[in-house]
Amino acid sequence: MSPLLSLIIIPLLSAVTCFLVPSRARFTAMLGTSLNFLLCVGLVVGYRPAGDGEFSFLMQWPVLPGLGIHFLLGVDGFSLVMLLLSGVVSLCAVWASPDPGKSPGLYFGNILLISAGVMGAFTSLDVFFFYAFHELALIPTFLLIGIWGSGDRQAVAWKATIYLAFGSFVLLLGLIGLFLAMPGDTPTFDMRQWIAVGRLGEINPPAWVYFALLFGFGTLVSLFPFHTWAPAAYASAPSPASMLHAGVLKKFGLYGLLRLVVPIFPGAMIEWANLLLVLIACNILYVGYVTMAQKRLDWMIGYSSVMHMGYLFLGFAGGIYNTLSLTGAGMLIFGHGLSVAALFALAGQLRAKTGTLEFSELGGLGRVMPMAGLLFGFATMASIGLPGFANFAGEVMVFFGAFAGGGEEFLNAFQVVTVAAVWGVVISAVYGLRAYRWVFFGEMPERWAGLKDCAPGALMPVVLLIVFSMIVGFYPQLLISLLTPSLLVP
Amino acid sequence: MNRFEIIPWVILFAPLGAAALVLFFGGLSKRLSAGVAIFAAVLTCVLSWMLWFTPLPAEGAGGGVGIGWIDLRPYGCNFTIEIGLLTDYLSRLMLLVVTTVASLVFVYSVGYMAKEEGYSRYFAGLCLFLFSMLGIVLAENFVMMFIFWELVGVSSYILIGHYFGKNSAAEAAKQAFTVNRVGDFGFLLGILMLWFYAGTFQFSELLGATLPLAGGNSWILAIALVLVFCGTIGKSAQMPLHVWLPNSMEGPTPVSSLLHAATMVAAGVYMLARIFPVLENSPVALTVIAWVGGITCLLAGFMGIQQNDIKRILAYSTISQLGYMVMAIGVAGNGEVSMFHLVNHAFFKCLLFLAAGSVIVGMHHEQDIWKMGGLKNKMPFTFLLMGMGALALSGVPPFSGYFSKDLIIEWAWVSNKGLFWISAGAVLLTTLYTFRLYFVVFFGPPRSDAAKKAHESPLVMILPMAVLAGLSLISGWPILAHYYIHPAHPEGVPFFVSLIIYAFLLVGMVLAGMLYFQGPKKDPVLIPFFANRFYIDDVYGWGVRVLQGGFAAICSFVDRWVIDGLVKFSAVVAWGFGFLLRLLQVGNLQAYAFYFGAGAILLFYLLLAK
Repeated sequence: MSPLLSLIIIPLLSAVTCFLVPSRARFTAMLGTSLNFLLCVGLVVGYRPAGDGEFSFLMQWPVLPGLGIHFLLGVDGFSLVMLLLSGVVSLCAVWASPDPGKSPGLYFGNILLISAGVMGAFTSLDVFFFYAFHELALIPTFLLIGIWGSGDRQAVAWKATIYLAFGSFVLLLGLIGLFLAMPGDTPTFDMRQWIAVGRLGEINPPAWVYFALLFGFGTLVSLFPFHTWAPAAYASAPSPASMLHAGVLKKFGLYGLLRLVVPIFPGAMIEWANLLLVLIACNILYVGYVTMAQKRLDWMIGYSSVMHMGYLFLGFAGGIYNTLSLTGAGMLIFGHGLSVAALFALAGQLRAKTGTLEFSELGGLGRVMPMAGLLFGFATMASIGLPGFANFAGEVMVFFGAFAGGGEEFLNAFQVVTVAAVWGVVISAVYGLRAYRWVFFGEMPERWAGLKDCAPGALMPVVLLIVFSMIVGFYPQLLISLLTPSLLVP
Repeated sequence: MNRFEIIPWVILFAPLGAAALVLFFGGLSKRLSAGVAIFAAVLTCVLSWMLWFTPLPAEGAGGGVGIGWIDLRPYGCNFTIEIGLLTDYLSRLMLLVVTTVASLVFVYSVGYMAKEEGYSRYFAGLCLFLFSMLGIVLAENFVMMFIFWELVGVSSYILIGHYFGKNSAAEAAKQAFTVNRVGDFGFLLGILMLWFYAGTFQFSELLGATLPLAGGNSWILAIALVLVFCGTIGKSAQMPLHVWLPNSMEGPTPVSSLLHAATMVAAGVYMLARIFPVLENSPVALTVIAWVGGITCLLAGFMGIQQNDIKRILAYSTISQLGYMVMAIGVAGNGEVSMFHLVNHAFFKCLLFLAAGSVIVGMHHEQDIWKMGGLKNKMPFTFLLMGMGALALSGVPPFSGYFSKDLIIEWAWVSNKGLFWISAGAVLLTTLYTFRLYFVVFFGPPRSDAAKKAHESPLVMILPMAVLAGLSLISGWPILAHYYIHPAHPEGVPFFVSLIIYAFLLVGMVLAGMLYFQGPKKDPVLIPFFANRFYIDDVYGWGVRVLQGGFAAICSFVDRWVIDGLVKFSAVVAWGFGFLLRLLQVGNLQAYAFYFGAGAILLFYLLLAK
């Protein structure tokens, strides 16, 4: 049995156990996600590249062979990076979760189902299951918001559902279009064959397929203008759901873009580059300024995560025949996943302690919560792209890659949008430091004087996330040796 | 790697190790924190002196052993960012200055911070700063320099925000970081352009690679270099990004001394000196640099003469002196002129700040000079040492400032008469604000109870100041300076140029004496325009609050009511998703979630099975 199957089965079994034995739910969830985390680390350490475009740890069960649908698992360096991210964020999401209050069995079970879904999506080489696993992970996300969320949780859950359902539907149409455009008589959903056919240029799907995939995947990643679901959902969701969705599940869309769209649609990407670049500029500048105007910490983090998706899209857009830019995007997926999860974890802890995340009510908390303040500082610095964290390495590669993405012409569209993206670094410093200052610096309102620092147990997951980001940030080549061979543009 | 090659690596990483140690174990004891930090600083200092006396690498040799930090070459993509250390003459000189000053300030901090909160956090921050600064000094390429450039920014942020419970300190830290990021925006774009058009960001290859650009397409080179210079404008607090430096005085005084006077703010000048051979090929860039430096030098001088906070006066003086250094890059045919002033300035400005810190401690944390007075009897050592610093800053021979500043002004004469008058006029302002400070603080009657009860600082603070005073006296003497620096002298400078400089110096001093020596109760000269720093800070504050804040609020409004609404509208109506709305009215989320998953799979299946 392939170890990849265990990655999916362990959280599934743990979820069932949680449903059945709610009293031990947190323990079960910790156990399951810890095992999975160790397994992911083991896989990354033990991974030896099988060769150009080859996948390892393969396993295959026929499901509907007549349609070409198989339960097909396998990984290469890129998917391993995604698995590592999923493993560490899943563990930290459970670990950092405040007490859910009602029905802990259902709560932790749902978190585990998300984890199982993302593990499945990133290990599946069959497009059918790749899609289905993502849907599997979305449903518990909606439930977590709708049942354990805060504020107007039902409405927010519906909004996210409609947006993401719409995105998934468009994506589905695109995938079907792509499937129908496949050459040859034997139908196949094998991603490897899709990629191979695309690389050889033997496929010429109509333009609408490209747009369906771009906007389908794009909506899932909060591409402007289909982004407004994200901050509302993240602000309302319980922190583990925000961590898992913003950190990992959302990256499914980018994974799909980098994995499927780049090799299959180089022509369409060049032809429609300017449209995408305009959207990216909006994602970075416009959403950046929206972020600046936020008055609540959770909304601020939510919008900042939308804004940072602009960099990832830039890495994707610049990635036509551009290994550097694609590697940067892969690196940034990893870095952003860690930093946003750390921020949401801390915001969740803070909300559990103070009951509010309004900037106007907080302030000076660094005095009573020094450890939480220190870690929040680390997470903020990671998120605004300070060297030493994985985000910086990714951003730099994206900048260099995208700047060169548009050829020699001076101030071509790629260069202009890169300039906008670099200005985004200033914008993120403004809102990131402002939030840090409003929450942890300055005078402290009287009412927080009795506040206690977070328990060490609650801060450990944040430490883990930051340590991972710093290991990669200090020596990015560790990830590059995994990412680049898979993302290589021939 | 032979034993010489390992020295710079130890120099670089010793402070990082110390920072980690202090961060994790500093809580155990104050002495441990200070001890570890000082040990690391002194170690880097000793090793830097050792390195100074080892033979220089051959001309054009690369940076020794580099680590492929990001290396895509194995995958057929020609991109690599290396972490490698450059130990040429320039970096060795800068190492000496940085580690020497840092060691002294670390020692001084033991006395200054004795009764302050966050003792180990402070020393951890200092060690992190030293690490980042040494990284800038030793960087062998632009991206590595940028990495440490940002890290210096964050350590500065941490140290300015040391008293983070104070609103003013919290704002100052944030402002310093943000303004520096604005400069770094240009810096990074400049690096991107140089890389894109010249194909490299290695310092050793940059000159050769940019030569083809200096010809027909020289405007590309000029734009790239001016963008790179934006990094200097931010880090070295040049106009128009100078506003953060005076506010950074919210940090503890030794921090102001080490970071915001002697070393960190000089990093921008060091960077320009490092790429001077490339700059030389772009007259446009040199002109921009010279004028930015010159204007900064003069305007900061005007602002300085009307400030009342002892540290802020010195901060404007720092901006002004940095203006001299930047201008020197633009006007002198040799980067070493600027470096000469950088070295001298590091010593005397650090001394002045440490002396100001001594005054502040003696005055129980009073910083308004109009509450001081008559301290010469209460604090005789500080009085004497600060006097030496003041003479060096004003450029009175034989103190060090005289040699380097005169040289810069002479170069300005050769290069551009406008810049000459600006920089010579700034001498008058320098002398005026320096001696205004000195006379008001140390002479006349005590102006407050604190001044009457002031006391001299402990030996651990006086000794580092004494060392710096010694250095400020001798570091400019040609007989000694030629051991470490060879600044070019301009030819054909008439004798009266020196006389003009002396005249400005004398006028400034006489003016300060007439106005302030007698011990007036309050400032006899009031020029609100200077005191309010030309209202530049207010304009920026208004811009950030109204323009940026307003724009952000508009975006936020649009996002909430227009984008969201439009997308929802088009999704629901144009795409015919009315059935989703009906489901919405059922209101059973769990049921929908199930149908949604099942439906998607079913739809997929049906479409395929047809």
